[in-house]
Amino acid sequence: MCTYITEKTKLVGSAKGPKGWMRIDSANIYFDHPFHAPLDHALNIDFVGEAEGGRQRVAVELSAESARALIEKIQAALAAGEEAHAT
Amino acid sequence: MSSYPGLTAECVMFKGHNGDTVEAYYAKPSGKGPFPGVVLIHHAPGWDEWITEATRKLAHHGFATIAPHLYHRDGPGNPDDIAAKARAEGGVADGQVIGDIAAAMAYLRAQPEASGKVGLIGFCSGGRHAYLCAGSLSNVDAVVDCWGGNKFADNKKDPAKRPIPPIELTEKITAPVLGLYGNDDKNPSPEDVNRTEERLKKAGKNYEFHRYDGAGHGFFNAPKAPYRPEQATDGWNKVFAFFKKHLSR
Repeated sequence: MCTYITEKTKLVGSAKGPKGWMRIDSANIYFDHPFHAPLDHALNIDFVGEAEGGRQRVAVELSAESARALIEKIQAALAAGEEAHAT
Repeated sequence: MSSYPGLTAECVMFKGHNGDTVEAYYAKPSGKGPFPGVVLIHHAPGWDEWITEATRKLAHHGFATIAPHLYHRDGPGNPDDIAAKARAEGGVADGQVIGDIAAAMAYLRAQPEASGKVGLIGFCSGGRHAYLCAGSLSNVDAVVDCWGGNKFADNKKDPAKRPIPPIELTEKITAPVLGLYGNDDKNPSPEDVNRTEERLKKAGKNYEFHRYDGAGHGFFNAPKAPYRPEQATDGWNKVFAFFKKHLSR
């Protein structure tokens, strides 16, 4: 099914899109039909720079399993990295 | 004599809701006509390549077809980026959609090759929009709802943009209705389709529904994952037969 259910978060960072690096300040996250990935439903993330009009985005489409694996590895990378940089 | 009918297809601009300039994809059969018209209402993922293919498919089968870009106002840019932006903002308002579709119908009727008959076909959120417009506009000659969900107030969402559930406009529909649904779809679910059918039946409307086993949401959408070739082939044949029956002079 198609829905307009979207989780949003503010963030601080940069992303590299087709036109090079861009500042991003928001992410729109939703689980719905993907545009490109060969899946019925995908966890879709649009990294957007709303401050610059929000027209450019870096888009990612992942299977639900991949998204959960990514969450786990993000947490692991943060934990290990923060420990390493603290010493 | 040619083996296949010809057609022309191009992007056009027309004045939509509030006089806003809106882009559309217009495909018409070759020749002087007259040809019946169809407004094709795109799905939630936007005005994408599949929509242009579906538009040309209808023209190949004899219908001058226009597919307005309902997210045009969120541009400029690539249609899929624009669709992502529109999606993040909760989609477009029903009032604006009705205005754009009414204007697209007028565009078709103003063409020199037009027969004057105009039908609507919508996919996904477009199916919901087709049902909504059938209950809101007086000059619709036929309407096809392909797996349109969210017709009921209890299907959640945004009263500011979507103040009237389309199901509440059922009694105002004058056009014959064709509904195509996959039985594996969750929105509309088989129960949602049952509720829609009950409402049409109670209102004494001219309708036909076809429900497909082994198919879910978006089963016409080749080459995407939901595509089901047998069900889609049968569904398209139902669309062509329905429009030929109800859009002939």
